[in-house]
Amino acid sequence: MKKVFIASLALVFALGIGTVGAASRDYISIVGSSTVYPFATVVAENFGKTSGFKTPTIESTGSGGGFKLFAAGVGVEYPDITNASRRIKKSEFENAAANGVTEIVEVKVGYDGIVIANSTKAPLFKLSRKDIFLALAKDVPSGNVSGKTVPNPNKTWKDVNSALPDVKIEVLGPPPTSGTRDAFVELAMEGGAKTFSWIADLKGKDKSAYKALCHTIREDGAYIEAGENDNLIVQKLDANKDVLGIFGFSFLDQNADKLQGALIDGIAPAFEAIADGSYPVSRPLFFYVKKAHVGSIPGIKEFLAEFTSEKAWGDNGYLTDKGLIPMPTAERKQFRQAVENLTPLSGSEL
Amino acid sequence: MNNSSRNNQAGRNNPADRNNQADRSNPAGKSRVSTSTNAVAENTMDIVNQGLSRRYNAEKRFRLYGICAIMLSMAFLAMLFISIIGNGYTAFQQTFVKMDIFLDPETIDAQALQDANYQGMVKQSLNVMFPDVKTRAQKRQLYGMVSNGSAYQLQDFVRKNQHMIGSVIPLWVPADDDVDMLIKGHISRDVPETERRIKDVQLSWIDRLQEQGRIQKRFNTTFFTAGDSREPEQAGILGAVSGSFYTLIITLVLSFPIGVATAVYLEEFAPKNRWTDIIEVNINNLAAVPSIVYGLLGLAVFLNFFGLPRSVPLVGGLVLTLMTLPTIIISGRAALKSVPPSIREAALGVGASKTQMVVHHVLPLALPGMLTGTIIGMAQALGETAPLLMIGMVAFIVDIPGGFTDPSTVLPVQIFLWADSPERAFLERTSAAIMVLLAFLVTMNAVAVFLRKKFERRW
Repeated sequence: MKKVFIASLALVFALGIGTVGAASRDYISIVGSSTVYPFATVVAENFGKTSGFKTPTIESTGSGGGFKLFAAGVGVEYPDITNASRRIKKSEFENAAANGVTEIVEVKVGYDGIVIANSTKAPLFKLSRKDIFLALAKDVPSGNVSGKTVPNPNKTWKDVNSALPDVKIEVLGPPPTSGTRDAFVELAMEGGAKTFSWIADLKGKDKSAYKALCHTIREDGAYIEAGENDNLIVQKLDANKDVLGIFGFSFLDQNADKLQGALIDGIAPAFEAIADGSYPVSRPLFFYVKKAHVGSIPGIKEFLAEFTSEKAWGDNGYLTDKGLIPMPTAERKQFRQAVENLTPLSGSEL
Repeated sequence: MNNSSRNNQAGRNNPADRNNQADRSNPAGKSRVSTSTNAVAENTMDIVNQGLSRRYNAEKRFRLYGICAIMLSMAFLAMLFISIIGNGYTAFQQTFVKMDIFLDPETIDAQALQDANYQGMVKQSLNVMFPDVKTRAQKRQLYGMVSNGSAYQLQDFVRKNQHMIGSVIPLWVPADDDVDMLIKGHISRDVPETERRIKDVQLSWIDRLQEQGRIQKRFNTTFFTAGDSREPEQAGILGAVSGSFYTLIITLVLSFPIGVATAVYLEEFAPKNRWTDIIEVNINNLAAVPSIVYGLLGLAVFLNFFGLPRSVPLVGGLVLTLMTLPTIIISGRAALKSVPPSIREAALGVGASKTQMVVHHVLPLALPGMLTGTIIGMAQALGETAPLLMIGMVAFIVDIPGGFTDPSTVLPVQIFLWADSPERAFLERTSAAIMVLLAFLVTMNAVAVFLRKKFERRW
């Protein structure tokens, strides 16, 4: 009895180890941004159901984490595709090249709006980018003196702009590892900071000081980092009507009965406004493909074809149902061609 | 006993002995001062009586604190269960829509069943049901009412019932998650149309379907038989459950023998010296290390150094083995310690070798305790997400894993992923998955308790 038990244990163990010996991979491995994740997963699922290939696995690691894994090397143990809610940085591109990942195909997927929303039980906020900067920056300009800043003294929205309600500033948002955060500080905060002429001038003179001023979010408790979990932010906003939250448009789209998106510079975060670019805080979404893996990992070409097909990312494609904002037709055509020819990124355009 | 009496005889001038004599003279002294002691005693009794009610009250209060603490923790537990079950029980049902689908022999080629346009047939039957829908936008809304998985269901049906081609068949297909949420009451009809995911025109269609008896809530078998999906109505936990199963098999197969061997050696064979002390302290410390650290270790050793694939149960099992080993070793040593030394001495006394003593006598007696520790360690491993994050098991994986090297997730990871999904319908599925996980954990702990009660021997 005991011997049978021991023998069966040994057998199970041997089977487990034996199968690893064949170190090949017959499914696509995708990593990267949590913002692109909901779109990539839908494509992957449809691809798996219709193509006969195995369904790709997708990890949500954040844009930065995705590039790190993606750029580590060429081979079955490294991912084939990384999603990103921002463009690849030059440093990341060079790091990849140093590890042998020389040919990377860039594909723009579509656009995503970043919304600042609160509960429908509270009044609708009408913000300008300047308001956002003054409410959330670590240091704000003091008076009209150029070059002088003070630690952000604003406690309520009324302090920022007398037209806003007298409510304590409390904003839930993503942590620094998030691509959403990167895009938010770049588009909303920097956009607001530039309305001060001396800060705009600073950009030409001292770029690092300019960046530090525009991109640093206050740490005194008014901005609360809520992790990468956007759904958690949605639930917290529903529970506390005085709090605002920062997240991707798709979450607002799904929860329109509970949340309302603040108007930014007078424009509401709506599908059309983000698609035509009039909503100021919107950003492109990308994914990057390792060209060396096309051919050795089965199905990459077909997966790319599925992702770039009109039924997926087109104006009426299934990705729009999930909240993706499609690119204009010409741009879609351009990227579809890039995918068909697998045109690698040169690096000089970054 | 014997010793002390012999001592008494041997040493008369022992200091302890002299004390004894002094004690013996005490009773006489006591009776001499008895009158004054009585007065003091009365006073003392008064003082004691005075304080008595205060002490009783303090005692009562102390008990009350304890009861309060228990009540509070029970209340929290009840709150947790009520909120999870309240949110989740609806996920075990799914709204189905009855469709009359014409299996058009012109579009279905019996030789190439998988090439037929099943999606088109589902759409066609919706068109027949609602002939007044004309505009493109409205048609999109109409097609969105049933799950887009219904085409696969239809395909399955046709493959099994090829003789039905050419006839109209009634088929219950899952409704879209938004329709499902409306039927279950998670989407209110009262909010303005612009803020509702179900539009007014869709509401009227749903009402019409309900009048015709074409909408029904049924038991959600998909939830137990499917892998993950981005469409809530097609999402299930089987993929995650099998991932958990394979991961735990690896963990058990590795950690139980290693843990038992370590415990036996340290407890029965190892010499007591500085090295074994250091090992013991380290094992105890490892039991308290945050689990994410094991994930980082797994990433560095198993993935980067040994080049094992990402997201597979084999690596997950290895990492969880590292995590559960200290628990198993510590509980194993405790179980061995509780075996009385007389058993060992008796075995050695009749001429057993040390190995025979351990294998034949001590280990069988300690095994129930070791098993309990192992099961609790396994339950802990079943609920773990953090170490798996680093080795890529927190991923979207649709295919149900069929072995130790297929990519997979585990149950708690599935819960985490669903909790992060924007679709409303995933909220109830998250709670339902938590209920399933809790059921597994409670079962495992119950088995541990049962084993302990059944096989434990007290001395």
